Amino acid sequence: MNVKDIINPANLVYEKTTVMNDTPMHYCPGCSHGVVHKLLGEIIQEMDIQDKTIGVAPVGCGVFAYKYLDIDWQQAAHGRAPAVATAIKRLLPDRYVFTYQGDGDLAAIGTAETIHACSRGENIVFIYINNGIYGMTGGQMAPTTLPGMKSTTSPKGRDEKLEGHSLDMSKLLMHLDGVCYVTRQSVHTVASVRKTKRAIRKAFEYSMMNKGASVVEIVSTCSSGWRMSPADSNTWMEEHMFPVYAMGDLKDIE
Amino acid sequence: MSRKSDEVTLMKGNEAIAHAAVRCGCDGYFGYPITPQSEILETLMEIEPWKTTGMVVLQAESEVASINMVYGAAGCGKKSMTTSSSPGVSLMQEGISYMAGAELPGVIVNVMRGGPGLGTIQPSQADYFQATKGGGHGDYRMPVLAPASVQEMADFTVLAFDLAFKYLTPAMILADGIIGQMMEKVVLPPFTPRRSEEEIRRECPWATLGKTQDRNPNYISSLELRSEEMEKINLRLQKRYREIEKNEVRYEEIQCEDADFIFVAFGTMARVCQKAVEIAREEGLKVGLIRPITLFPYPYNRIAELSEKVKGFISVEMSAGQMVEDVRLAVSGKVPVEFYGRMGGIVPSPEEVLNALKTKLL
Amino acid sequence: MAKLKGAIVVNTERCKGCDLCVVACPSEVLALSNDANSKGYNFSFMEREDNCTGCAACANVCPDACITVYRVKL
Repeated sequence: MNVKDIINPANLVYEKTTVMNDTPMHYCPGCSHGVVHKLLGEIIQEMDIQDKTIGVAPVGCGVFAYKYLDIDWQQAAHGRAPAVATAIKRLLPDRYVFTYQGDGDLAAIGTAETIHACSRGENIVFIYINNGIYGMTGGQMAPTTLPGMKSTTSPKGRDEKLEGHSLDMSKLLMHLDGVCYVTRQSVHTVASVRKTKRAIRKAFEYSMMNKGASVVEIVSTCSSGWRMSPADSNTWMEEHMFPVYAMGDLKDIE
Repeated sequence: MSRKSDEVTLMKGNEAIAHAAVRCGCDGYFGYPITPQSEILETLMEIEPWKTTGMVVLQAESEVASINMVYGAAGCGKKSMTTSSSPGVSLMQEGISYMAGAELPGVIVNVMRGGPGLGTIQPSQADYFQATKGGGHGDYRMPVLAPASVQEMADFTVLAFDLAFKYLTPAMILADGIIGQMMEKVVLPPFTPRRSEEEIRRECPWATLGKTQDRNPNYISSLELRSEEMEKINLRLQKRYREIEKNEVRYEEIQCEDADFIFVAFGTMARVCQKAVEIAREEGLKVGLIRPITLFPYPYNRIAELSEKVKGFISVEMSAGQMVEDVRLAVSGKVPVEFYGRMGGIVPSPEEVLNALKTKLL
Repeated sequence: MAKLKGAIVVNTERCKGCDLCVVACPSEVLALSNDANSKGYNFSFMEREDNCTGCAACANVCPDACITVYRVKL
């Protein structure tokens, strides 16, 4: 059987989710954002909740998420997505409400909003993209930047004595009583993509069971900011990010 | 809650805002305690509107969070509001600018206290510039209502929502600590039910209530990186502000018909100046008062008209002189425009302001 | 055990040539083309199409959702 015969709707096993539109994404080649967007679209399609889902986009590379996923979106001020999402969910409790935030947004400027939305047990989902860097503004140091890691504002490598330690938000948030689920995943291999999808789906389901806030941290790459190829970025992430930001569930109140 | 709408009650200005919000069908209140306006949040927590109208009331972790909660609620087409006092309103400026940019309706109440910095908890009017000239970044304005009584605290809560939704803009009630704290008779607005989701979908087709099959996704954003498009958005906003200026100017005149000299004052200072007008008239001095009710849009035209027939104006404010700049713009040098103000939470007496008028204008 | 045979279609205009599908493919089917799309990216294609089992590894890791996967049991 040749390729032309196989390429037939009857044999289809994977195609782009219909929740994702055809607008080309502005992300750099190999960017983890695209995979996570795709997973969100797939989950929303599979759960059939396109009309019940409201996303809150951050400031950062994810700011344009609304262009790619055909759901209703609000774009929040830098770091304020959890406050925006809080109000949406409180006023529309039967909707699935999630924030989509990077580490600059969630772990730096929006720490207060993040901690308090989690502490209040808001029934929302945090999609937290942690690539240890400010991607959109050009690769500056973030609170999550690894010790010794180079960035444009730590060109000789992050010096913990001067610039402090890497902030592990998931480890911090798991201790809050309002949080039901904290997990750390990645999207660099087939297996990890599938695990992340299951994690996000679980978080969405929990949000409708009034169990409190769910945090799905996705340790990600930023090949432009890290100055590496996408494939090398994945290897670097495994070797350097994973020892600091270990994969797996940190909390799951079933 | 079963009170009839024409029933007269006695309450604080802050309490009147809380009751009026519930009655006018407000969907969400998000606030953070700060003197001298904490009674608004306290009253709402006491009357528990979530049990009656379903209105959401939430004490946020900061004013920054409060205004962004208003943003989120407004993005869903919901009637939402926050209240604070000067330092807290400074923290909200980012959110107000975002709301203006994203064309979101919502109500912000500033029960002003003295600054700068942490300042004092005593009353002030020193946030006039911040409120009327766009306290946050970017070219924006918003309707600013200046209540001078507890009754107006209630009435303007309703009016501010109307203006906010009519022009898709944040709207501010700029009160001061005295109007917030003092007790007066008030007739609360009648109960209006909260809008149903169907009504919101009809009236606010842009609201993020979930993308249905029959429409494209809605998104709320103030971001536009293409310069030509961003200028278009700005031009649309400016056009709207010109509409507001054309349609929404509100002011009150007291004994201006035959006046030689006119006080210009808003809020608490208008009440003090009204008493000063009485004293002046008893002394045979033809003094009047114009009280701007909307600080944006400002009654420039009316003050310009009055400047044709009076000998002078004096702007009286609890500040170092902010509104006086708008009075001068309106008068445009035709007659003298003087200023008298006190700061630090001091409220000048009627005798004091009349004396200032006499000293500076006679 | 039934033999699986697959094929993919790459949306070449959407592809940014990031190479992640090439790395992810367990059967070494994919490569980046010498041709470039209108944006200048060397898009991926099935270089050794006979090896494809339709496992969808490439499509799963593709950040730009460019890959559609088909599979038949022989």
